[in-house]
Amino acid sequence: MFPAILIEDLTKDYPVGFWRRRHYRALDRLSLSIEAGEVFGFLGPNGAGKTTTLKLLMQLIFPTSGRAEILGRPIGHVDARRRIGYLPENPYFYDYLTAEELLTYFAQLLDVPTAARRKRVAGLLDRVGIGRERRFQLRKFSKGMIQRVGIAQALLNEPDVLFLDEPMSGLDPLGRRDVRSLILELRDQGRTVFFSSHILADAEALCGRVAVVAGGRLAAEGRLSELAEFTARGWELVVANLAPEALERLRPLATRVTEIGTGRYTLELPLTQAPERIIPEIASTGATVVSMNPVRETLEDFFIQRITEAGTGARGAMAEGEHARR
Amino acid sequence: MRAVRHIALNVFRESIRDRVPYNLVLFAVLLIGSSFLLAQLTAGQDVKIIKDLSLAAASIFGLFIAIFIGIGLVSKEVERRSIYSLLAKPISRPQFIAGKYAGLVLTLAVNVAVMTVAMYAVLGYLTWIESPDFKASWEAPGPDPALLKAMFLIFIELMLVTALALFFSTFSSPLLSAALTFGLYVAGNFNTELRNFEHVVDSPAAAWGARVLYHVLPDLSAFDVKTQVVHGFPVAAGYLWSTAAYGAAYIAALLLAAMYIFSRRDFK
Ligand SMILES: Nc1ncnc2c1ncn2[C@@H]1O[C@H](COP(=O)(O)OP(=O)(O)O)[C@@H](O)[C@H]1O
Ligand SMILES: [Mg+2]
Repeated sequence: MFPAILIEDLTKDYPVGFWRRRHYRALDRLSLSIEAGEVFGFLGPNGAGKTTTLKLLMQLIFPTSGRAEILGRPIGHVDARRRIGYLPENPYFYDYLTAEELLTYFAQLLDVPTAARRKRVAGLLDRVGIGRERRFQLRKFSKGMIQRVGIAQALLNEPDVLFLDEPMSGLDPLGRRDVRSLILELRDQGRTVFFSSHILADAEALCGRVAVVAGGRLAAEGRLSELAEFTARGWELVVANLAPEALERLRPLATRVTEIGTGRYTLELPLTQAPERIIPEIASTGATVVSMNPVRETLEDFFIQRITEAGTGARGAMAEGEHARR
Repeated sequence: MRAVRHIALNVFRESIRDRVPYNLVLFAVLLIGSSFLLAQLTAGQDVKIIKDLSLAAASIFGLFIAIFIGIGLVSKEVERRSIYSLLAKPISRPQFIAGKYAGLVLTLAVNVAVMTVAMYAVLGYLTWIESPDFKASWEAPGPDPALLKAMFLIFIELMLVTALALFFSTFSSPLLSAALTFGLYVAGNFNTELRNFEHVVDSPAAAWGARVLYHVLPDLSAFDVKTQVVHGFPVAAGYLWSTAAYGAAYIAALLLAAMYIFSRRDFK
């Protein structure tokens, strides 16, 4: 079996400068292989080259060098597009059409049979939570609603492979949850989902594998749980009603102890202190365990570290305040 | 082919929702109406004035539609990025260009048809109320079928201008496209003067340049048979078809060039 998506040494230079033409390398020899049925997270800070990659795969721009295949066929094959769906970053659609008309128009272009069209359009609009507004012209839609319409149009042909560029952007927390459950639903139907994001939590909730790009280069690739950068470095334990003598017994085990309030402490424990052992010990002193979380590097830490290593400075490495520390 | 039709119909729907053609058609109808009033004051000359005004209005309003919608057909989609989700569908870029062009031609056809009907209605009414003495002095009958010949060539000319606008807009900004299209429209109408240019100048280089321009620029004056038709001079069917064939060849070349350029473009 061929991979659902195969990317080989894909490179894109954008011409910059008005008078003196120079080139800016937005993507540098990216190679990836995504199996059918995978939910693959394509992560990276703003300006990393995620959108560039997706636009190259959709043939909206042409590569400087390198190649790619989708479903075993070189990209650009018009017929291969019958089996893929694409949600552009911050999509825009004809604002003189209603949501219903837009989807009907796209369904016609995708050769959805007339008999099935009406039902499919209505079903998808229901699925993404567009209600009576579907009869409004899109100029009256908010950003989040447009994003939902964008997701619906990407699913019109029941695609085998889906490309979603920042599918969560512009959505409220409820919308983000909806999109997450939709992506898992698509996975359960056996579809391949390739989505980009600058938020680690999205990937943690959805992906088997991820690739991290920074500055146009592949920085890491693999299962999130196996990526050394993202494995837990220890545990963070919050306890209450901890007696002073019990604290003294725990202190040597912890790397750091912080008092939050009376009898309330945060204990930072190394990875070797397995929770299965230490929690009964605390409980036997009569203290309460309030919370316990693995401490791991966040995507943001990771970006900053990589980018500093690459010596390019922390260019736009911050996510929109969405920290994934657990 | 089906994709081209769907894209074309969407262009038509957009142009109707944008209300641009409505306004223009309405304007043309008003103009024809007022020409009718004007004619009341100029005894005997009325049909000629109305024919002149109607044909000129069809030409000018069609020109505005062709240029102002034509330059936005492609560039607006690229600028607003609505083209991203469209081109991810199974349609090729040449199909996209063909669909956009066909859609605007459809819009223009409806416009020209409405104007033609309005013109014949006014002329028919005039013929009906006018006294036989006046009618005897007319060079051509009121609702003269020959007027259709003029309208036909106006329509082909508008198709050519649309192709020009579309062609320019595949690689330049809307403003520049509008300027270039309008410039070529004007130059194209004075094309015959270029042919005489070489007899007027001494420099062989300038004469040669004029000759090249004469062959490259569209000869739009060929599409103008308004004067002949209004004055009742015959326009041969052979002339109509050869001029239409010239227009079709020019349009085909422009569209092929537009498709070629557009197929190689990066959308950023
Ligand atoms: N049309 C363009 N011209 C020049 N540079 C561009 C263009 N589009 C993107 N870039 C640059 O390429 C880099 C990657 O951009 P992009 O792929 O949009 O990043 P991401 O989607 O990961 O945020 C950025 O540094 C950006 O400034
Ligand atoms: Mg992006």
